[in-house]
Amino acid sequence: MNYVSDVAALTRKDLLLELRAKETLPSMLLFVIAALTIFHFALPRGTGHQAALGLLWSAIIFTALLGLTRAFVAEREQSLFDALVLAPCDRSAIWLAKSLAVLAFLVCAEVVALPAFGAFFSGVDGRTVAAVALADVGIAAVGTLFGAMAVAGRARELLLPLLFLPMAIPIVVGGVGGYLWFLVLYDAIFALLAWAMFEYVIAEV
Amino acid sequence: MISGTGLAKRLGDRRVFRDVDVALADGGFLLVTGPNGSGKTTLLRVLAGLMAPDAGTLELPPRHTIGYLGHEPLVYRELTPLENLTLFGRLYRIPERAERIGMLLERFGLWEVRHDRVSTFSRGMQQRLGLCRALLHEPGLLLLDEPFNALDTDAAVLLDGVLAEPRTTVVATHEPERVERFATARLAFA
Repeated sequence: MNYVSDVAALTRKDLLLELRAKETLPSMLLFVIAALTIFHFALPRGTGHQAALGLLWSAIIFTALLGLTRAFVAEREQSLFDALVLAPCDRSAIWLAKSLAVLAFLVCAEVVALPAFGAFFSGVDGRTVAAVALADVGIAAVGTLFGAMAVAGRARELLLPLLFLPMAIPIVVGGVGGYLWFLVLYDAIFALLAWAMFEYVIAEV
Repeated sequence: MISGTGLAKRLGDRRVFRDVDVALADGGFLLVTGPNGSGKTTLLRVLAGLMAPDAGTLELPPRHTIGYLGHEPLVYRELTPLENLTLFGRLYRIPERAERIGMLLERFGLWEVRHDRVSTFSRGMQQRLGLCRALLHEPGLLLLDEPFNALDTDAAVLLDGVLAEPRTTVVATHEPERVERFATARLAFA
């Protein structure tokens, strides 16, 4: 029960920080709309649905990357990992709360991105929406872990894309192909790994 | 109680300190002095359990009994003092949280600004809030790194009151004269 209340308190804190600062979500929204607009004009007329879908997934991955680079800004700039690590809560609660906040931002970005994709290209079916929802879980889980790892690194702006993008390839494969079972498997495996590894990642951030 | 023998720490290629022994009984006051860059902050981070020593043996009290204030106040700038202390109060599972938070905010002169964002505070007010956070869970071991930084005269008097309380305390400072009277043990870095 303590674990759940710790996660709730930390998630609330992350959402409140974004509500006050208004930095991450507006950037993500602007980026995903701009990216889809560019793709709309860059793609030749008569291009198939599958090619357009590939661009949607590219836009989602890079929008997520933008959000992930901001995920630990407060903790990094104000050395707040020290205070969080000293608290007697399970350290994985910090990861889970941050993942939930990242997931919320991603969902908000996609609530705008999917209709925009429908307007620019072709409509999205239920399978694509389900794939995007499943992909969000994996992106948030893996991306938050790598975001924390990048905080500890010296070249953190380089480190996060270098770690995250290769791990996002299976998400794109599963998403474009509509392999929902594959995305469920990815989410389950990597969420579990990230949950278990987070404690070691922030041991000496 | 803190007990460390033969402690050593490197940061990258730089050896910060080596062969450091620390022994402090319950209720003791360790004054750590030395010039900038001599290793005071790193030692405090090791004693807080935020860094592992590269060598030596170290016995520390449980993590949740440690109160730590580093160079930063370790509070969220976009939250208010009340929101910050409520968050950490929840994480530390403090019973009767509201009363404890109210008492600390009153004591450190932050009650009137409890709903204002920390980002609007002066450095001294942030430091006072950092002290509230470090003291929130009534720690048995208090670790303070240059705690008088940015504090005005009134706040410095309040901090003197905190340091005079019966508690195991370690203070790192390059102004030892301000806390010399409390010290029961000393460690000087060259």
